[in-house]
Amino acid sequence: MDPILLARAQFGANITFHILFPTISIAMGWVLLFFKLRFNATNNAKWMDAYKFWVKIFALTFALGVVSGITMSFQFGTNWPGYMQTVGNIAGPLLAYEVMTAFFLEASFLGIMLFGTNRVSNRTHTIATLLVAGGTTLSAFWIIALNSWMHTPAGFEMIAGKAHAVDWFQIIFNPSFPYRLTHMLLASGLTVSFLIAGISAYRWQRNDRNPSVMAALKTGITLAAVLIPLQIMAGDAHGLNTLKYQPAKVAAMEGLWETEKGAPSLLFAIPNEKTRSNDFAIGIPKLTSLVLTHELDGEVKGLNEFKGKHPPVAPLFWAFRIMVGTGMLMLSVSWFSVWQIRKRGAPAPWLARALVGMTFAGWVATVAGWYVTEIGRQPYLVYGVLKTVDAASAIPSAMIASTFIMYLLLYAALTVAYVTVIFHLARKAQYPAASGASHMPTPALNGNFQPAKK
Amino acid sequence: MDPLTNLQNGGWLPVVFLALMGVAMLAYVVLDGYDLGVGILLRRANGADGTNSANSTNADIEKDIMISSIGPFWDANETWLVLGVGILLVAFPMAHGVILGELYLPVALMLLGLMLRGVAFDFRVKARAAHKHLWNNAFYAGSVLASFSQGVMLGLYITGFKNGWAEYGFAIITGLCLCAGYALLGAGWLIMKTEGALQQRAVRWALGSLWFTGAGIAAISIVTPLVSARIFEKWFALPNLFLLMPVPAATAVLFFVIDRALRRLPKRLSEGNEYGAWVPFACTVGIFILAFYGLAYSLFPYLVVDKIDIWQAASAPESLKIILVGAVVVLPAILGYTIYAYRVFWGKARALTYY
Ligand code: HDD
Ligand code: HEM
Ligand code: HEM
Repeated sequence: MDPILLARAQFGANITFHILFPTISIAMGWVLLFFKLRFNATNNAKWMDAYKFWVKIFALTFALGVVSGITMSFQFGTNWPGYMQTVGNIAGPLLAYEVMTAFFLEASFLGIMLFGTNRVSNRTHTIATLLVAGGTTLSAFWIIALNSWMHTPAGFEMIAGKAHAVDWFQIIFNPSFPYRLTHMLLASGLTVSFLIAGISAYRWQRNDRNPSVMAALKTGITLAAVLIPLQIMAGDAHGLNTLKYQPAKVAAMEGLWETEKGAPSLLFAIPNEKTRSNDFAIGIPKLTSLVLTHELDGEVKGLNEFKGKHPPVAPLFWAFRIMVGTGMLMLSVSWFSVWQIRKRGAPAPWLARALVGMTFAGWVATVAGWYVTEIGRQPYLVYGVLKTVDAASAIPSAMIASTFIMYLLLYAALTVAYVTVIFHLARKAQYPAASGASHMPTPALNGNFQPAKK
Repeated sequence: MDPLTNLQNGGWLPVVFLALMGVAMLAYVVLDGYDLGVGILLRRANGADGTNSANSTNADIEKDIMISSIGPFWDANETWLVLGVGILLVAFPMAHGVILGELYLPVALMLLGLMLRGVAFDFRVKARAAHKHLWNNAFYAGSVLASFSQGVMLGLYITGFKNGWAEYGFAIITGLCLCAGYALLGAGWLIMKTEGALQQRAVRWALGSLWFTGAGIAAISIVTPLVSARIFEKWFALPNLFLLMPVPAATAVLFFVIDRALRRLPKRLSEGNEYGAWVPFACTVGIFILAFYGLAYSLFPYLVVDKIDIWQAASAPESLKIILVGAVVVLPAILGYTIYAYRVFWGKARALTYY
């Protein structure tokens, strides 16, 4: 098999697995801080119960994020040696700052956040929670800066085939960075709000009437209802930005083969690379022109302008629709839930089922979104600067293939274990005394939280 | 080019980064070393009564305590690996490609091991009770696999990535000995952090791994000069031989001190006297530092034995300077809150509670 394809598939699999967990830990840190602050302010035990339940899931998520991230940091070099050799002068400092400012911060205070309650004051513990949340967000800042630079490189010059930094401000705050960071942080918030809403609805369905369940459910759907319109606006702005810098990507996302005035928005189509047209297209007339140019008859560039230099069309076309479709679903479900729970005080059984079904909807949209972005950058690794083929390593296919299979099996097993354990924790939370206690060494493990005296 | 001219031509940055990378790697080996070591020893936990009943709750309690002794720290410990590899990647991209390319398989196995144990930490207490022992086994197996692979990587690295049965054999020996070295660190850690029967057993585990560790260090010391005439010169040319004598001598003394401490500790500890409980751990750290120093002395200024030196491999100076500025500001802060975290969890390990 083609070693470059293998290296790409392996890297893609790894980062897909990795991003599942950071997406959750970034926003979950802030939600936990919120629970904690509510408890500090109201002294109502339901907030502490919610904290205690979700901090377990946070710890698990964090662990998966860390171990898969360590894999990432090795694969950067093993799979793409040409990458560091060409743009290492830019990527290096950004990655180094991520490790130095973010990873150590979050990793060190995580211990205190998870296990420190009996050893530090309540206030210190709240600060530790804040630092962990801040650390994860900071690491998102650095890595998204690097990724955005790969899409819209700025602030550098090429000397003898190597990128050299000229202006670090331009490198970090490159043209697509603000859009991408906003969109990613909102994605993280949405992933977490649907996770929390889904698991709480699951507990509700199982007649778990602990007050913390309703508190968490309300937090989840309210957060989702607030964030999703913002996300749609951010996504729209992001698309316009991409249109400016990577028009070929947008043409592929829209499945637009020929430059057109008054281009339609396709709801369904099967892009065909051979005939360079769509089969079975169904669309809404003029909508794409309206969205992208804000004019009904605005001209949108088609793929014909980028022949031989545009990314594969079908994966982008579909991934984009999966993301936007999930977003629309999120909009309707979250708004309806807020409305219904306000009116009836509880979700109807069918709504609870819908929320449970959408527990991991954030993952779907996030991964689809990243596929749009990353595959849409092809054939470049760094847009306009470095081609993917020129960065690949010379490691023999057989070696990559065997480790690839190993990673895939492990990732599949761990993802299944993660999802199962979350639902298991949700069931167990209902009967804290009956189960679990038998294999726990000391009563302390059942968790009697006393806020330290001020 | 000869090192001195390199230095004068503004080539000091790569040296600084080499030092930073060295410190990060050493910090990693010592810090993650003790928690990998505890993982390697996990299988031996068998309950306060000392009978080897695999499923007894006593064994479970012991395992929980062993793991809670490292629970708050392991994540930060592994971050040093990310930093060390990160510096190799960003400061010496040429060497990074070569080294990690040559070590592709052991690195993949190490990552597999690190992943297994990293997640087992959490899964073992959260999964269904019936699955707990599976995650315990994953924790143990992951720790062993990661340690062994790191040792193999060390062995292959020292012999300059030559392919041959002798080199592979040597790498396997270093792999086994690094497991022993980590077990020694882990046992030393447990002696400080636990009490009672578990602590007594930790003393025995330390004794068991002590001499394997010694054998490993001896093997590396003998092989390194044989690999390269240049390294041989560095150690055995005349003034050097005497100037360097203190290194192996101090190592030998430390081994002796550990051995003596371990023979005295059981009685003292059983009388509730903790005096000197820190000696085995501290001296093991000393041994690791000396061994690291010896290795660094042998290899300098090469990143790949006698092939790529640090100046050939370095990134552009302006990028290194940017990183250095950050490092000077941030590393003291990291040190500060690391010390703070250790102080918070000072003293004997208690069962951990997520509240
Ligand atoms: C938008 C967020 C995001 C994205 C796109 C990435 N990461 Fe990540 N990463 C995080 C957000 C994050 C995080 C939230 O900060 C994590 C999760 C848990 C943690 O400790 O930090 C993390 C963990 C994490 C770790 C472990 C840190 C530790 O030891 O504590 C490493 C080495 C990496 N990542 C490396 C990478 C690389 C090389 C990436 C890209 C190629 C990457 N991550 C993409
Ligand atoms: C976090 C979510 C991300 C996902 C799901 C993701 C997904 C992918 C996928 C699927 C590919 C393969 C592309 C192809 O086959 O054409 C890829 C490639 C790549 N991505 Fe990402 N990516 C993510 C973020 C990042 C980030 C943050 C970076 C860098 C900082 C990055 C760097 C790369 C590199 C270097 C490649 C290899 C070259 C290529 O094939 O395009 N990715 N990514
Ligand atoms: C519903 C309206 C949405 C629109 C119009 C939209 C638009 C976009 C666009 C245009 C991109 C491609 C960026 C590029 O060209 O590089 C993108 C990427 C992405 N989307 Fe969305 N999106 C929407 C909803 C969502 C939702 C609901 C999520 C997750 C919960 C999400 C997560 C992502 C992620 C993670 C990326 C990749 C990272 C990035 O480039 O920012 N999106 N989105």
